[in-house]
Amino acid sequence: MKYFGLVWAGLWRKKTRTVFTMISIVIAFLLFGLLQGINQGFSVAMSTLDVDRLYVSARTSMTDGMPISYLQRIRNVPGVRAVSLWAYFGGYYQNARQPIPAFATDALELFKVYKEIKIQPEYLDAMARTRTGVLISEALAAQHGWKIGDRIPLGTSIWTNKSGSNAWEFDVVGTFDASAYGMGFPSFYLNYSYFDEARQFGTGQVHYYIVSVEDPKQADRVSRDIDALFTNAAVETRTQTEFALAQSQLKQLGDINFIANAIVGAVLFTLLFLTANTMMQSVRERTSELAVLKTLGYSDTKVLVLVLTESLLLCVFAAALGIGLAALVFESPALQKLFGNFSMPSLVAAMGAGIAVLVALVSGLPPAWRARQLNIVDALAGR
Amino acid sequence: MTALVTLRNVTKSYVRGKQKVEVLHGVDLAIERGEFLALMGPSGSGKTTLLNLVAGLDQPTSGEVLVAGDRIDQLSRGSLSDWRARHIGFIFQFYNLLPVLTAEANVEVPLLLTDLSRSERRRRVQIALELVGLADRARHKPNELSGGQQQRVAIARAIVSDPTLLVCDEPTGDLDRQNAEEIMNLLQALNRSQNKTIVMVTHDPKAAEYASRELHLDKGRLANDSRRAA
Ligand SMILES: Nc1ncnc2c1ncn2[C@@H]1O[C@H](COP(=O)(O)OP(=O)(O)OP(=O)(O)O)[C@@H](O)[C@H]1O
Ligand SMILES: [Mg+2]
Repeated sequence: MKYFGLVWAGLWRKKTRTVFTMISIVIAFLLFGLLQGINQGFSVAMSTLDVDRLYVSARTSMTDGMPISYLQRIRNVPGVRAVSLWAYFGGYYQNARQPIPAFATDALELFKVYKEIKIQPEYLDAMARTRTGVLISEALAAQHGWKIGDRIPLGTSIWTNKSGSNAWEFDVVGTFDASAYGMGFPSFYLNYSYFDEARQFGTGQVHYYIVSVEDPKQADRVSRDIDALFTNAAVETRTQTEFALAQSQLKQLGDINFIANAIVGAVLFTLLFLTANTMMQSVRERTSELAVLKTLGYSDTKVLVLVLTESLLLCVFAAALGIGLAALVFESPALQKLFGNFSMPSLVAAMGAGIAVLVALVSGLPPAWRARQLNIVDALAGR
Repeated sequence: MTALVTLRNVTKSYVRGKQKVEVLHGVDLAIERGEFLALMGPSGSGKTTLLNLVAGLDQPTSGEVLVAGDRIDQLSRGSLSDWRARHIGFIFQFYNLLPVLTAEANVEVPLLLTDLSRSERRRRVQIALELVGLADRARHKPNELSGGQQQRVAIARAIVSDPTLLVCDEPTGDLDRQNAEEIMNLLQALNRSQNKTIVMVTHDPKAAEYASRELHLDKGRLANDSRRAA
């Protein structure tokens, strides 16, 4: 520790060069922290996904819709605990630039299927009593300043009602806490029975059946049984677990992730040479200074360690800065919305620290070795 | 009484390409404790080479080098650096301070190798800087000091760990007359009042006058040994 001043001063020998090297390292690790953080964020999100939840959609396309008559037949499949449904409402508030993730559903069943979502029973009762009622997430309520008792006008780009208008009105009867899920989870639920009666066309159409199975081990069997029910029916079905569904949606993101990781890898690799070059140059310029240290009784090994420490200090300090910045970015409201309540996993910080140490050692070793091998008499004579 | 430094039949050769060049040819030398020796001689005569051997920076090709009771020609590279830290203070022609460190940090560099506490190190640095008359420049970086001042910081660094022997290679070679005189007065004072043994290589006869003994090296052989009454 008493050598810290010596090492620190050595590091700042050429301020501009050190600053530029540092900026590069900071940026590289910021990138690393962001991408790895997002990666881990997805893994965390995926791990909250349920294996005992199945999603049934039309085989052709999930926007095609299936008859409501399927509901009872799916409910009768052995091993099924509860079934609810979703029909897209395609809603927006005030104008099309403010989309609302609104779905028509059977609320009572829905909250049996999504056990993680917290809702008070009296809200479910109110929903059953109020035909035009809606249940909204606390986050959505907060976002628009809506509260129970409010009447909300919603437009829709898809559905006209019986009065020939695409302006609908709903009454907020309750809220629920969906913070266990990230952004994109539907946060606005209307009564399917009311919606189906009130819409002018598409009557009896459902986009998803959401099935909760009694035993996760039977999920595969149950999905096969459901699909078998509708083989050769007018609309064939495709049943996937929640995990598989999310994976297929995330696949493209996964590809992007791979490319991003490759980029980070390349950046870190380049960093290795940059740091190595900085350190090598710095040691070259200091030949006589290092020789003086050795003259004064600093052993070869001590000089090696001093140079390595300098490289470590440079890399670890800058990497900590970069990863710290990344962590700050994850605290930003925009990303909190995307990932739910998510902060950068300590695993990423640990990985970053490991990589920083590795870069420091690999890039610091050649110059440190050169410093170690330095011959005092020759170096002092400028040979 | 045995001498502080004893060289017996020391030779030193360098291999340059395929050629072997002998720079020192069988040097015998004894330096007593408390002496201030000026080593003179033409350029290329081997003064620096000889000084490096005495200071344990280099090893002789043959012969014995005994300093402070240790056969340093037999020490390994590693133990030699420990030995230098304990016994030798160095003063160079171009001061060789670390440019990134303040004067006091420069003086502290040899003390970092000891077990001394931080406050004790501070205290000794302070004393050394006072001895060379630069206590008021402790926080200055070398490039904020004149050549003479830098050399005085270097002297403080050389004496701070209270070495057995001070070695100086042309300590006034880069200084003007007045600064050179100040440095020589300082070295002489260290020799007389602190009883420091000093071996100094110099080209300058005026500088040599401050020494208690003058020795001439010519083509790798010693000649003209002369002592001056103190
Ligand atoms: N490492 C080395 N390799 C090859 N030759 C060397 C080496 N060190 C010294 N020499 C040679 O040995 C001779 C004596 O060198 P040295 O540096 O001791 O001379 P010097 O008396 O100090 O000269 P100056 O007054 O110019 O400093 C010179 O001819 C020099 O070229
Ligand atoms: Mg010389």
